[in-house]
Amino acid sequence: MNAKTADKIATAVFYAIAGSVILILAFLLGYILISGFPKLTWQFLTTPAKAFTAGGGIGIQLFNSFYLLLLAMLISFPIALGAGIYLNEYAKQNWLTTIIRTAIEILSSLPSVVVGLFGFLLFVVHMKMGFSILSGALALTFFNLPLLTRSIEGSLAAIPNLQREAGLALGLSRWETVTHVILPAAVPSILTGVILSAGRVFGEAAALIYTSGQSAPALNFGDWNPFNISSPLNPMRPAETLAVHIWKINSEGIMPDASAVSAGSSAVLVLAVLLFNFLARWLGRRLYHRLTSATN
Amino acid sequence: MALPIMSTDNLHLFYGKKEALKGINLDFQEKGITALIGPSGCGKSTFLRCLNRMNDLIDDVTITGNVMFKNQNVYAPDTDIVALRKEVGMVFQQPNPFPFSIYENVIYGLRLAGVRDKQVLDEAVERSLRQAAIWDEVKDDLHKNALALSGGQQQRVCIARVLAVSPEVLLLDEPTSALDPVSSHVIEETLLQLRYDYTVITVTHNLQQASRIADRTAFFLQGELIEVSDTKKMFMDPQKQQTQDYISGRFG
Repeated sequence: MNAKTADKIATAVFYAIAGSVILILAFLLGYILISGFPKLTWQFLTTPAKAFTAGGGIGIQLFNSFYLLLLAMLISFPIALGAGIYLNEYAKQNWLTTIIRTAIEILSSLPSVVVGLFGFLLFVVHMKMGFSILSGALALTFFNLPLLTRSIEGSLAAIPNLQREAGLALGLSRWETVTHVILPAAVPSILTGVILSAGRVFGEAAALIYTSGQSAPALNFGDWNPFNISSPLNPMRPAETLAVHIWKINSEGIMPDASAVSAGSSAVLVLAVLLFNFLARWLGRRLYHRLTSATN
Repeated sequence: MALPIMSTDNLHLFYGKKEALKGINLDFQEKGITALIGPSGCGKSTFLRCLNRMNDLIDDVTITGNVMFKNQNVYAPDTDIVALRKEVGMVFQQPNPFPFSIYENVIYGLRLAGVRDKQVLDEAVERSLRQAAIWDEVKDDLHKNALALSGGQQQRVCIARVLAVSPEVLLLDEPTSALDPVSSHVIEETLLQLRYDYTVITVTHNLQQASRIADRTAFFLQGELIEVSDTKKMFMDPQKQQTQDYISGRFG
């Protein structure tokens, strides 16, 4: 076989592989969306779930997912930002940073169910937080922190050294250079990283089953005092999220329309994650444009 | 002769074990332009970056000897590097404006130093951009992103950005080597104006450029300072054989 034929065959094989990846994705998305689509009504998205009868919605689960995501991000983003800045801007290459980087790798490869069980033992049992949004948010922080740190570190590393030299040569201190030159320049890509990791956190189930719990008590959406037990903002209440809800109805759901609810919830979840991804791209590109190219 | 504004005394620099500067003694008088010339890897940029301690950023660098700036040892442990770099400004080979507006770029140093007065800032912007000979080209779009300018304009904005913090010494590391001839010429004209107010030290690959703009020229070769003298003398009547060979194009 001569080189030309080999090249043609290789090209065809790679096209086929790439095509099959896209096909699998399209099939999965199509299947989930088409089977869930009939369920997608305003009523389904806003009403509470029903345990024994048909016609339940996912309103509370949906709210829980977003609230948990927000809390998890509020906790993990500042830590990840600090860690990313330290690793990329301050730390020298030595045994300490090697240990930190290895620790981050290991943390990011932990199965999320292990993170969940660890969170259960530490937060729920030992620290007596119970099945609560706070326990869930802390467990998600463990899950999210390494990925987010990595992504922020990468965003900072992508800013050329010329910019650091420019800042320092101008008589800016290292801190001023980081906060006034490097961070603003890195904002678009940091934001993209945050939104993408938000998508992953949003769809996480295993880490939450034993931390934020599998029940969604009724909420009073007229009561926004975070200290009241039925308030949506109360961080100490148990909160089943959308992803956990899907897992639960599929494993032990006894409502007559369980499979339809599951399909509808899956479609919502997938749509939300897709939305996160598109939002990340769009916002990142827009911000990058605003910060780098000619505008008014 | 007056006391030099900046001088180095037996300056050695090692990258790991490799000696990149082998004991440089060089004085810079106030005002005027000094050009540092020499083939690639001769240590001229390394030397320049010692003067405002930019080499501190590189790991595994050892520096011995003294660099004096206005009777202060630059490498003394109690030196305020941030303050030093405000007085000894630097412009790099690649134009490196911040990804913000022209106006923001120029006032960056001042704003961080705590200047809030709009009028002071506006004046500083105009003065610096005029000194860098780019005011007429950008005065109508000061709020345009600096990255949208051409390379030569970006480089002059970078010069203006340094001038805005009123340094005494201006270090330039091959400021025109990434630019086209026309832009290079404009930058040279700019430097010829700046020499009356600032002590300008520039590294250049371009011998013609050195002969056109520099008052004094220093020739580096393999980490050593071979010769330093008035530019005219250096090019007409070099004292050392290596200098003669280099400027006549026999090597490098």
